[in-house]
Amino acid sequence: MPIDKATVQRISRLARIHIDDNEIEVVAKELNGIIDWVEQLKEVDTDSIEPMTSVVELKLPKRKDMVNDSADRQELLSNSPESEDGFFVVPKVVE
Amino acid sequence: MSKLTELTVADAISGLRKKEFSAVELTEDHINAVKDSQELNAYVVKTFDLARQRSILSDKKISSGEAGLLEGIPIAVKDLFCTKGVHSSACSKVLDGFQPPYESTVTQKLWDSGAVMLGKANMDEFAMGSSNSTSCYGPAINPWTPKETGEQRVPGGSSGGSAVAVAARAALAATGTDTGGSIRQPASFCGVVGLKPTYGRCSRWGIIAFASSLDQAGPITRSVKDAALMLNVMAGFDSKDSTSLDKNVPDYVKDLDQGVKGLRIGVPEEYRIDGMLPEITALWEQGIEWFKNAGGEIKEISLPHTKYALPTYYIIAPAEASSNLARYDGVRFGLRETGDDLIDMYSKSRAKGFGEEVKRRVMIGTYVLSAGYYDAYYLKAQRVRSRIAKDFKDAFNDVDVILTPTAPTGAFAVGEKTDDPISMYLNDVFTVPASLAGLPGISIPSGLSPEGMPLGLQLIGRPFDEVTILSAGRFLETAADFNCLPSDNIGRKKL
Amino acid sequence: MTYCIQGNSGQFELVVGLEVHAQVKSKAKLFSGAPTEYGAEPNTQVSFIDAGMPGMLPVINEVAIEQAVRTGLALNAKINLTSIFDRKNYFYPDLPCGYQISQYLDPIVGEGTVEIDLKDGSSRNIGIERLHLEMDAGKSIHDLRPNVTHVDLNRSGIALMEIVSKPDMRSPEEAGAYLRKLRTILRYVGSCDGNMEQGSMRCDVNVSVRRPGEKYGTRCEIKNVNSVRFVMRAIEYESKRQVDIIEEGNSVDQETRLFDSSKGETRTMRSKEEAHDYRYFPDPDLLPLKIEQDWVNEIKNSLPELPDVLKKRFIKQYSLTPYDAEVLVSEQSSAMFFETVAHGRDGKLAANWVTGEFFGALNKANLNIVNSPITAHQLGGLIDRVSDGTLSVRLAKEVFEFMFLSGSDADVVIEEKGLKQVTDVDEIHTIIDKILSSNTEKVEEFRNGKVKLMGWFVGQVMKESQGKANPAAVNKALKEKLT
Ligand SMILES: [Mg+2]
Ligand SMILES: [Zn+2]
Repeated sequence: MPIDKATVQRISRLARIHIDDNEIEVVAKELNGIIDWVEQLKEVDTDSIEPMTSVVELKLPKRKDMVNDSADRQELLSNSPESEDGFFVVPKVVE
Repeated sequence: MSKLTELTVADAISGLRKKEFSAVELTEDHINAVKDSQELNAYVVKTFDLARQRSILSDKKISSGEAGLLEGIPIAVKDLFCTKGVHSSACSKVLDGFQPPYESTVTQKLWDSGAVMLGKANMDEFAMGSSNSTSCYGPAINPWTPKETGEQRVPGGSSGGSAVAVAARAALAATGTDTGGSIRQPASFCGVVGLKPTYGRCSRWGIIAFASSLDQAGPITRSVKDAALMLNVMAGFDSKDSTSLDKNVPDYVKDLDQGVKGLRIGVPEEYRIDGMLPEITALWEQGIEWFKNAGGEIKEISLPHTKYALPTYYIIAPAEASSNLARYDGVRFGLRETGDDLIDMYSKSRAKGFGEEVKRRVMIGTYVLSAGYYDAYYLKAQRVRSRIAKDFKDAFNDVDVILTPTAPTGAFAVGEKTDDPISMYLNDVFTVPASLAGLPGISIPSGLSPEGMPLGLQLIGRPFDEVTILSAGRFLETAADFNCLPSDNIGRKKL
Repeated sequence: MTYCIQGNSGQFELVVGLEVHAQVKSKAKLFSGAPTEYGAEPNTQVSFIDAGMPGMLPVINEVAIEQAVRTGLALNAKINLTSIFDRKNYFYPDLPCGYQISQYLDPIVGEGTVEIDLKDGSSRNIGIERLHLEMDAGKSIHDLRPNVTHVDLNRSGIALMEIVSKPDMRSPEEAGAYLRKLRTILRYVGSCDGNMEQGSMRCDVNVSVRRPGEKYGTRCEIKNVNSVRFVMRAIEYESKRQVDIIEEGNSVDQETRLFDSSKGETRTMRSKEEAHDYRYFPDPDLLPLKIEQDWVNEIKNSLPELPDVLKKRFIKQYSLTPYDAEVLVSEQSSAMFFETVAHGRDGKLAANWVTGEFFGALNKANLNIVNSPITAHQLGGLIDRVSDGTLSVRLAKEVFEFMFLSGSDADVVIEEKGLKQVTDVDEIHTIIDKILSSNTEKVEEFRNGKVKLMGWFVGQVMKESQGKANPAAVNKALKEKLT
């Protein structure tokens, strides 16, 4: 079991997905099932193989340094759960 | 004249041009069909008012000779596409109510060509699933049922609603997206044509991202010619998508009937997996036979890393997804739950907003990228992915197209496989390899299972060679003589 | 003269490395076409890409790449023809995507060096570890209202160059000199305006201490220090703090700290430091960035003469002191101004005027070279009038004041105010005769040996001439008359 309860808690915190304490074991079991299954990749010899960096073989396209895209503020804020005076608003962040 | 909803896109275009019926009539009939097929849950948002307005404009354009390529054609749009001012949620609670102030490039091209949007099609949440059962709006239902039991079957996924709408005659065509089979597999399950173009062929701009290196938009239609017509409009370079290719878009309709004489068709031995259903094997053999009889050259090929495609996919796609879905934090849009502090707000919003499968994949993706595991999982998977792509590259030295089944089964029962993620993942075993390699693939409805459910065959092509899989697909659809009609599936040719 | 921190148990050496975030000078952001201007209303310079809206994709700004290469070349650094953009994943309300696009394993610029000049006239090389491109985050404002934080995304997506030095600095002075030099270089190549108050240059300071000869000690990172002075003070404070900890027999905790400029102290960040796990991976929305050597060469050829080269040339060509040369090259505009003034004139004299009267006047008037009321040609014209004897230095300073106020040429001021120096010998003799005849006792005293009175006579003559008499001529004539 590569993924123990502490690992699930760590991932849940990293991923910012709350998991109830009584669910942790179930989640651990599920994740282990998947991780065990993908372990079969270890069989593949990839010693001299470069990892795939891009699917398409092309040059990274570039944009000109032009100002041509700024959202209307009302539109920008229109889907936000909370906003005021042109700002997005969130619960206080402690530095 | 037959019902307007029975037409293909190609016939509807010609009927509209000849003024045999109006765009308004065509749209109105489809609106009724959408209403009549309500219980299939193909649409999560209906935009009938927009559709009516647009069809009036289409009639004017047709009259004044300004008709676009798809003028007046009513279509469904997968809920993964952002449509300006129209609810776009990827069928996730986390985005419920989201109205993008922008339009995706692909849908914009469709509207510019005169297509009419009937509504947003149901799908698996964030395109994660193979049965449309992870949608927060409930599953879409396959219009086909086994003739004996009449049991409800899944339409496949993730573009389930799109396939259902097209199969049930509730749209002439639909857009879908395919990350590991999400166009081809539901097309196979619903007895329609599903085309996943080469990665980079259609713009991803404005499509809610699942796995950026795999996602690709494509059409779902009732004929290969319709797929070509749709692709003519959907494809093309977009300066807003750095992975879209600046390459000429050929006329995909032009060479559809070039035939398969002399075409070299590869049959990969690794796709003959253990325990494959006899009807799938039989269908595949039948397909091979058709090609052979028409002068195609059948070649056994080897794609040695096929069995590693799924585990590779289930590392890479969740890894990318875990990062792509980080933006759903309840700050600028979407669901926000109250929490004790900011982190608590994030964690609760995401726990409530995401469904089980999405959470599972985000957790897996976070894990495989985390410190100490990156090399063993993510980097390893990207290396194996290189090998898989190389397998295809080598194979295409000897063949022009690869023929395989689209899926290892037909449509399964609603509710089946939902508590066993891996058995669900296995359904994409034949579609995922081409996705990893970025290759174009098309599923052609080619026969029925003994219980009367549709089955598809897949054609995989070289990068940017959609022309060849479309013409080979055109041949296959003619040979199979499949009429794609779920309400009339009794007494059809059995395998 | 090594900088040491004296502890009770002996001396400690200071080790400093700096990470500078320099905002790339560009019209649009790194991956979007939104504007980058400073000081706009909140959330008015934000594209949907910068806000991380669903389905949005990045496309890189070509000028940002060019600016990074220019800067890399100016830092004598290796330019990597292939570099990769990675995602750095973490959650923060002003980081809309939940990841920052940055460069991790394969930055666009590799190792380089910066030469710094120290007060004692010596210079040192400070190593550059790397320079990479990344996008800025937005701004969180915590004090508008209790219990909530306000988020402004105007900065989100602005292109930054993160310039990481090697831990090569050994004193606050060196860190200050490095930062100033880096800013000078960035301004010369035009890749960053170097304005620390507006946040277009921000500095993270890594500080550790060790006994001479020992290996590096545990370092603390002081985040976001926003002036050269504060950087130096923060290092001073932090190094003493670390020495005290070690002297007490404890060990320094590796942590992130903040500099409180009002108290001159560093302190631990309040939030308990979460174990960071950024899960870097190549951004699948972008492809590897490949650039051509030819293009790099083109950029290299277009670079201006850089401060180090310029300084050496000034010393040689105009016989300037290293100090004057240093002052003049610290801003490209000063160097250019000086060269225009010095053209065809005595370089040393020109340097004196530029660094003395001219800079002094600018400073006093709170102006800079760009909005200076007089041009380099005008200043040169004034110097010409000193050289040809029209003006004494004292008169010239007076003329300069009028020029600076009015923007007029020296000749116009001289004419209008009648400030021309009197060199006419007859006129001077007349004045001297007048002074001598009305001060016969003083003349007697002088002739009896009180030679010190010479200065007094000169003063009287100058006063009588209202300062316009040529002092040399006065001296000469006085000597003749008195002896
Ligand atoms: Mg799928
Ligand atoms: Zn940085």
